[in-house]
Amino acid sequence: MRLRRTLPTLAASVALAATATACGSSGGGTGGSTTQDLKGQSLTVAAVWSGTEQENFKKVLDVFTAKTGATVSYTSTGDNLSTVVGSKIEGNDPMDVVMVAQPGVIKQFADKGWLAPLSPAVTDTAKKNYAGIWSSLGTVNGTQYGLYFKAADKSTVWYNPTAFQNAGIQPPTTFDDLLKAGRTLSDSGTPAFSVAGQAGWPLTDWFENIYLSQAGPELYDKLTKHEIPWTDPSVGKALTTLGKVFGDRQLVAGGGQGALQTDFPTSVQQVFGPQPKAAMTYEGDFVGGVIASELKKQVGTDAKVFPFPAVDGGKAPVMGAGDAAVVLKGAKHPEAAQKLVEFLAGPEAAAVWAKAGGFISPNKAVDPSVYPDDTTRQFAKSVIDAGDAFRFDMSDQAPAAFGGTAGQGEWKDLQDFLANPSDVQGAAAKLEADAAKAYKG
Amino acid sequence: MSLRSPRRDRATGGALRRHRGLALLLVLPALLLLGALVVYPIGYSVGRSLFDASGHRFVGLDNYGAAFTDHATLTAVRNNAIWVAVAPALVTAVGLVFAVLTEKIRWATAFKLLVFMPMAISFLAAGIIFRTVYDADPHRGVLNAAAVAVHDTFTDQPSYPGARPRPGTGLDQADGGDVRVPAATGTVLLPLVGVQPGAVPATARTARPADGDGVRGTVFLDFVPGGGGHPGQLDPGKKGLPGVKVQLHDGARTIATTTTADDGTFRFSAAPSATASVVLPAADFAAPYRGIDWLGPAFVTPAIIGAYTWIWAGFAMVIIAGGLANLPRETIEAARLDGAGEWQILRRITVPQLAPVLGVVFITMVINAMKIFDLVYVIAPGPVQQDADVLALRLYLVSFGGGNDQGLGSALSVLLLLLVVPVMLLNIRRFRGSRS
Repeated sequence: MRLRRTLPTLAASVALAATATACGSSGGGTGGSTTQDLKGQSLTVAAVWSGTEQENFKKVLDVFTAKTGATVSYTSTGDNLSTVVGSKIEGNDPMDVVMVAQPGVIKQFADKGWLAPLSPAVTDTAKKNYAGIWSSLGTVNGTQYGLYFKAADKSTVWYNPTAFQNAGIQPPTTFDDLLKAGRTLSDSGTPAFSVAGQAGWPLTDWFENIYLSQAGPELYDKLTKHEIPWTDPSVGKALTTLGKVFGDRQLVAGGGQGALQTDFPTSVQQVFGPQPKAAMTYEGDFVGGVIASELKKQVGTDAKVFPFPAVDGGKAPVMGAGDAAVVLKGAKHPEAAQKLVEFLAGPEAAAVWAKAGGFISPNKAVDPSVYPDDTTRQFAKSVIDAGDAFRFDMSDQAPAAFGGTAGQGEWKDLQDFLANPSDVQGAAAKLEADAAKAYKG
Repeated sequence: MSLRSPRRDRATGGALRRHRGLALLLVLPALLLLGALVVYPIGYSVGRSLFDASGHRFVGLDNYGAAFTDHATLTAVRNNAIWVAVAPALVTAVGLVFAVLTEKIRWATAFKLLVFMPMAISFLAAGIIFRTVYDADPHRGVLNAAAVAVHDTFTDQPSYPGARPRPGTGLDQADGGDVRVPAATGTVLLPLVGVQPGAVPATARTARPADGDGVRGTVFLDFVPGGGGHPGQLDPGKKGLPGVKVQLHDGARTIATTTTADDGTFRFSAAPSATASVVLPAADFAAPYRGIDWLGPAFVTPAIIGAYTWIWAGFAMVIIAGGLANLPRETIEAARLDGAGEWQILRRITVPQLAPVLGVVFITMVINAMKIFDLVYVIAPGPVQQDADVLALRLYLVSFGGGNDQGLGSALSVLLLLLVVPVMLLNIRRFRGSRS
């Protein structure tokens, strides 16, 4: 079992190492030569990934081992990354490198003094290979601690091509066209959207895409930090726009009430299941995984994607998330740890996982041809093309009480808004009240 | 407690002290355990409730003030009141009914086993089971499957659920109601959209204008698959909708009824007039019945109390049946001889004699209902969690579930304690009463 899995991996890493040496000068990465200068050093790396993601990440680590001679062991922390890392640090046995998702967690770790600044070699590589936004997401008080290795695109609208064909429409590029296309779909007999209102977080993502495009990245940043209140006119405007979808029974399958009874897997199933009850669903690139694994449909033919359309003449939003590598203070092999992060900053490491699928890289130097299919390539391209206009998921950066808890804060307030989309003022006031409480604490 | 019995009073002072010392020594382990596991946590919670979220700033009674002004907490208090008022009485009553009934049936043990079975399931699992039972989708939730099945037996299935008139073509539809068009001229067109792709029968033919005299017209699907065509007009590729009920009204009076043919046409012999109108009754377009929103804001607490009763009724039944078995039979038989009915016996004899047992079950359930947590946490979906919230869940969510305000959470726990203490005292008194 184990042997069977390692053999192809080894073969792959050898092949990759070879290609890496071949194009080492152009990639601008870690210097492609296969030296064994870290031989005998052993690193521990922790992340939330398990299952397929864990296996693919291990492939990346295997290449690092093949190149440097350092052995790397991987631990999956499960969902409680902060707790696991915290207890390891208190037990005086810190990991060397940890993959952290939210910028807020990087800041929290840095504030606690758990993190070592990234070496100049890493930050230089990052400067060369990444749009500035990614470095700043990993930066706390002027020091860069995190290097974003993996990205996620949450500005993707998934649609059922058969429904579109039946209605005779094309993927829209503006929000008004989206509404129009939605009405045509509804006329054809298929409600436009399945909205996973019971889950809460998809509603925050809906709002964030509209807000990012309509109000622009500057206001988005201010609202993220709660420097402007949720009662700001820009928020009301975005909610009104959102209400155009949520308040239209023809556009939301089952209306607001039906949406509130729809959880996330169901929303995907309603569009791509055996008897489609809706034509589109909005959520991030990970919807593809649900379609392929649970519904056994082919992404790219049975399910297609268009970028979230631009709202009111703004730029089309590109909003998403990612995972960053940080080096812990007190790491047993700090130098090797920095080398590993530097390796992750190069195109070669990203290419290993990209080839395996389920991965997009924010790294500009990654050759788009490494992605296994057009859909993934499309995601990677929109993240790269967005450059500094990319924004990290707002609710993921808010205090958990506001942006990340079922039944309260932003989730609950937007669910109430979904139930009653005409009350924009009331929704904004409630959002502001909850935000004020959560950001204060 | 009563260390100072009259006989001991006569003992010498030294012996008394020795006795006391020995007694203290013997209870010391228990006291230590109680102190570490009960008294210390309570004291700590009381102290913690006077500090803010970070635990560094003393805020006095601010947390209690916040608890009583916070809308969510007040909802939780209200729901707790509902729980205490309904759940214990319901469980006791159901348990009593089961206990009395099982006395009279064969296979009583099997029945009791069945009713008691839910106690063997963890509350988390029971919660997940009922989350599915109450699911709004009739294909998943068994209750709604039943509701829909019953509903559909008594009402006709709509032929084209969700269909509606093409907007801007002069057809009126009053809020999901009948579709109405004036029949002042002979021919009327009734273009409909929103017909589900599978709903048009295979027999449907291309829509065409109706022939003949009188009021006539065509009901058709105003949508060409793949797009195209002009809204509201009979274009090639548009299908007639067969089997739609059509009524001819004169004013408010129905004067004729027919159904459409395979090409969507219909005809009435009556001549067109200024007061006539063609009406498609709403029943053909009604959205399918979806059942009851059990887990919506209105029903969620009763629904969870239902699940709670399912779990605890067996427990109540077993305790009450135990009490019932110990009852003297003479009184019941005497009453029966005197001609009392079964209901009278239950009310006037069995229940009063069972009162102590019923009291134990009831009070146990009151305490249990006050600290109800797991079922609410598991069953209530995110959007209605606040509507179903109870104090124990609130204090968990506030302290650990994202709120991270353990100050406020401690204040809530102290409030919950204050609510439970009187019932506890009552229970202790009953115990003591029954012992003496």
